[in-house]
Amino acid sequence: MVKINGEEKNIAGMTVAEYLSSSNYNLARIVTEINGTIVPKSQYADKTFADGDTVEIVSFVGGG
Amino acid sequence: MLSPDENVIKHNCPPSKSEMLDALYLKQGKERTDKFQNAVVAVCGLGGLGSNIAVSLARAGVGHLILIDFDNVDITNLHRQQYKASQVGMPKSEALAANLREIAPYISLTIHNRRIDQDNIEALVGSADVICEAFDNAESKAMLVNTILERMSDKYLVSASGMAGIGSANEIKTKRIMPHFYLCGDLTSDVSECDSLVAPRVALCAAAQALTVLRILAGKFDI
Repeated sequence: MVKINGEEKNIAGMTVAEYLSSSNYNLARIVTEINGTIVPKSQYADKTFADGDTVEIVSFVGGG
Repeated sequence: MLSPDENVIKHNCPPSKSEMLDALYLKQGKERTDKFQNAVVAVCGLGGLGSNIAVSLARAGVGHLILIDFDNVDITNLHRQQYKASQVGMPKSEALAANLREIAPYISLTIHNRRIDQDNIEALVGSADVICEAFDNAESKAMLVNTILERMSDKYLVSASGMAGIGSANEIKTKRIMPHFYLCGDLTSDVSECDSLVAPRVALCAAAQALTVLRILAGKFDI
């Protein structure tokens, strides 16, 4: 299981790019970190989630 | 008690540097104030978030601020940003610097009247201890945060997302996403959906960011 934004999901083995696209994230607005380390956007297609990972995906909204 | 004439004279002449420092020591403590005085903080974007963050940090005695924005003061900024009606049309970086020097005459300021992009970020904010992301555009926020976390992971970064509309003050929170990355706001209220920016709610988020910066400088990293 992978914990994403506090929620357990059965997505170990999936790439970051696959998960983001299946969850309808706007790639231009997000920041992704796994276990406290940022995932560079250039690595989204190659980086896979492992069992036990803790992930935060921040999806920015406008206003300031 | 000063006579009215003496009051006028006092108003025209700002306190000395040591008088202002003593006042900060009295209200914030010496050890903490000295940490603020020795700090360099960059504020990226000088709108509703950034202009309010900068005023809070200047008042707290932060020694050096780097202020960055490419935009000019617009009449629609005046309800929530730290500018005056007389400054409409001026570059925000210059207008804010002038206002901060009235509030805190001995602060050291570096101003950049230019747009931040992936190629100039390191040159613009490289000397800062803490960086505030204070943009209004979601894509720009993500670009700045990704770039800083990828290339400048030793910096502390305090960002904001979600302060549009007229929702409760209690929805504005601070999260520590990563050890060096803090995020303030309600995380969901998008200006394109809420269709409004209400001054005190934006100011709350800015205050949460400014407080987080001061806590980091004071060595308090929890939230």
